[in-house]
Amino acid sequence: MSALLKRSCSHNMLAAIIMLIFICFCVHFQNTAGQFFSSGHTNNWAVLVCTSRFWFNYRHVANTLSVYRSVKRLGIPDSHIVLMLADDMACNHRNPKPATVFSHRNMELNVYGDDVEVDYRGYEVTVENFLRVLTGRLPPSTPRSKRLLSDDRSNILIYLTGHGGNGFLKFQDSEEISNVELADAFEQMWQKRRYNELLFIIDTCQGASMYERFYSPNIMALASSQVGEDSLSHQPDLAIGVHLMDRYTFYLLEFLEDIHPASKSNMNDLFKVCPKSQCVSTPGHRTDLFLRDPGSVLITDFFGSVRKVEITMEAIHLTDPILHPMSEEVQEKTYSYVDQLPVSEIIHQKPKQKDWHPPDGFILGLWTLILLVFFKTYGIKHLKHIF
Amino acid sequence: TFYIEPLKINKLGVRASDTFVLTPTPQPKDDFQEELVIRPLHSGDIYASFQFRTLWETDFMRENKVSHYRLFPKSLGQVISKFSVRELHISFTQGYWRTMQWGQPFLPSPPGAELWVWFQDSVTDVDAAWKELTNVLSGIFCASLNFIDSTNTVQPSASFKPLGIVNETDHRFLRYATLPREIVCTENLTPWKKLLPCGSKAGLAVLLKSEKLFHSSFFSQTVHIRPVCQDRECKTTSWELRQTLNVVFDLHTSGQGKREWSLFKMFSRTLTEACPLASSSKIYIDVTDNPQEEYFELSPATPLLSQAVVLGDRRTFSVYDLTQQVTFGTVRSLNLLIRWKSTEGECSMLRPLLHAERYVAGYGLQTGEIHTVMYNNHPFRSFPVLLLDSVPWYLRLYIHTLTVTSKGKDNTPSYIHYQPSKDRMRPHLLEMLVQLPPHSVTEVTVQFERALLKWTEYTPDPNHGFYVGSSVISALVPSSVAMDTNITQEQPLFSSFFPCKEESSYFVRVYTEPLLVNLPTPDFSMPYNVICLTCTVVAVGYGSLYNLLTRSFQIEEPNPRLAKKIANFIRRIRGVPLLS
Repeated sequence: MSALLKRSCSHNMLAAIIMLIFICFCVHFQNTAGQFFSSGHTNNWAVLVCTSRFWFNYRHVANTLSVYRSVKRLGIPDSHIVLMLADDMACNHRNPKPATVFSHRNMELNVYGDDVEVDYRGYEVTVENFLRVLTGRLPPSTPRSKRLLSDDRSNILIYLTGHGGNGFLKFQDSEEISNVELADAFEQMWQKRRYNELLFIIDTCQGASMYERFYSPNIMALASSQVGEDSLSHQPDLAIGVHLMDRYTFYLLEFLEDIHPASKSNMNDLFKVCPKSQCVSTPGHRTDLFLRDPGSVLITDFFGSVRKVEITMEAIHLTDPILHPMSEEVQEKTYSYVDQLPVSEIIHQKPKQKDWHPPDGFILGLWTLILLVFFKTYGIKHLKHIF
Repeated sequence: TFYIEPLKINKLGVRASDTFVLTPTPQPKDDFQEELVIRPLHSGDIYASFQFRTLWETDFMRENKVSHYRLFPKSLGQVISKFSVRELHISFTQGYWRTMQWGQPFLPSPPGAELWVWFQDSVTDVDAAWKELTNVLSGIFCASLNFIDSTNTVQPSASFKPLGIVNETDHRFLRYATLPREIVCTENLTPWKKLLPCGSKAGLAVLLKSEKLFHSSFFSQTVHIRPVCQDRECKTTSWELRQTLNVVFDLHTSGQGKREWSLFKMFSRTLTEACPLASSSKIYIDVTDNPQEEYFELSPATPLLSQAVVLGDRRTFSVYDLTQQVTFGTVRSLNLLIRWKSTEGECSMLRPLLHAERYVAGYGLQTGEIHTVMYNNHPFRSFPVLLLDSVPWYLRLYIHTLTVTSKGKDNTPSYIHYQPSKDRMRPHLLEMLVQLPPHSVTEVTVQFERALLKWTEYTPDPNHGFYVGSSVISALVPSSVAMDTNITQEQPLFSSFFPCKEESSYFVRVYTEPLLVNLPTPDFSMPYNVICLTCTVVAVGYGSLYNLLTRSFQIEEPNPRLAKKIANFIRRIRGVPLLS
């Protein structure tokens, strides 16, 4: 009986202990879940793409450069921005003010600036290069400035502008990217853990069709117009002769000019940018794939740059300086410059010995055919006459 | 590693034997010089040439890697050691240099981008190193240099001899490529400025503002890396990095028609100090045509005068030394002003001795003819020139139609090297050594046929045309003034770029215009049109035929009356057969 009592007691105690551990675990889990729901990113990247060529698409380059300018101003360095411009407007011969790209009429704001680094320009802006940048599958000789070296704690801002339609975006008037391809590229990025959270903004006609097919988590998308609507351009400048900006990006730029690196505006303010009265088209957004509440996401989570500083109290021991052996030898030979146009040497130059290559497959095949036909007609006994 | 000055230890009054002296590693000496040359041109335009030179006594090729960079930019140093580069010359140019109006430039460059590299003898696979090098450079300079591949790279056999110190020249280690379509804009200037030791914050580089520089008739920025002699004996070499920027401002677009130029008008900035890291920082104004100040006046006045032999001519320069505080005067800023007094009485410009042009003749989209015209304006001397032509594979040259004529008569070149093209793999390479008779015009013509490209090989804007790179003409032009063959560093930078071996002639390189040819371009909307039309025809024609053949027709009963419908409904519930 006492043994039974003891066992029930121990059972009770065991149950109590298990309950305690479970409660602790729940609390801990709640904490980590809470941490999970606040942004845990450590670095920011931006991929800004303008997909249109030709002088009359000046406004698309101005769109992309104004987002570039805002993103740089809020802290993202050039090494973390991949800027793709399909054509050069600033130094275009039609530009009455070279090395400038204006966003406001009367040349108020030069979004090109003096310190710009374009990573992909001209003919390099293709669908293939764009998808390779996103997925990271670039040839090994690609330089660092052309790569998106994001990891699983990166927040990435992707901005696309150009001419588009229902379900596709045109690149340089010669090829398209479809919304399915884009969604698959984002899924590849998710599988390879290339982003923590992704903000996708698109300013084209029928832009909302481009984010309809997304299915990877942690993506928030904004578009300048719904399916069936056109995105309109803002204002022309009569001196330059073209439309300078698109409406959505113009009001987006005005909104971003008020943001500074410490501001606390959140995504709900971004969704209100450019209502139908200003934009004529209806901007749309998609947040169902995003795990956090958009009201808790700061604008600077995507447009600004996080710098986490860790203070350490450890001492670091510097190694001894490397002692180079003093080169004692005295150079005996004298160097000299070479004659730039040695006429006599050139005239008497021997022709280069070309490296001998084994005969081509075609030549070998041809000779084999000739020999086969010969020996078939005349028989093998003629072999001894040949060799 | 660091270096302690022995003076400091003595001042502290500590005995040498008591001190713990870290074995000093003598830092390789490096030196930075900057210079600006301004030359007023006879057409009213003004030519400004910036030269920045960094000299560094180090050896990139030794086993212990160089790790401490001071004045020499680290990105270029790593490129040199990784790819075993002996010489690197890269230039980005916008506009075409008009030799007949402006004379010869100090450093010539072709429109677009040009890159030529000499590799070290130790490189085993030059083509692979070249491909990687172009990719790395495209990242450094934000340019599309990755479009350089085997279809536009050539290996000249006699041109482009090394400009630096070398043991022997084996042309297997030389690669030359040009991209005539390449655009130059602020995104190329920004990383170029970042290579300078003072950046664009101090010294002459504060004048480099893109809004003014690109609003010009000609803009060119170059980087040249080569090993040079350190001193007269030339027993040791050091690495030289030269960055030059040439710009020609037009009288009417930048000068508003007024013949008065100042630093502020040209660059919208004035100078306040020299670069603190520079050992010499000077401005040279060419006053050879203005010996007694009769045509233009220079303010603020300067007592320093210097003479230099440049491009076969002895020129006089007024010098402003920015390392002296007195140059900036009381206002602490220097704004040079050149004002012309009157428009008459201009002495004529010295005619450039060598000049070249190039154009495409012919009509239609099948055949054509390339004409290269070279002018020798010397009255009595003839000199040899080396012509290098690199034509893309889609213009099929007929070399049997190559003719070289001078003054109407045939002029046989003493050396011809021709490498035929291979479709989609290699361009044509034609190198000829031609002797130009005095005071004559030599014309080189060759006929070609245009190829049809595959539809994926067309650019997104194929109706613009396709570019053919400039021809390069290298020549030793006889000089009227004895050239200085002394290789000490006391010469101004702009006159000491090409090494001079003999006194009676100087080396010059002239670039022609690039050509723009139209290839037969298909209508790219046709595949879409054909698919639409075919599908419509198939759907309408075959579809209706198929329906007619396979569809069977049945007689349909009209809708039954309401009572019948209810009766049928009840019958269905009961499970009894329905009324007809």
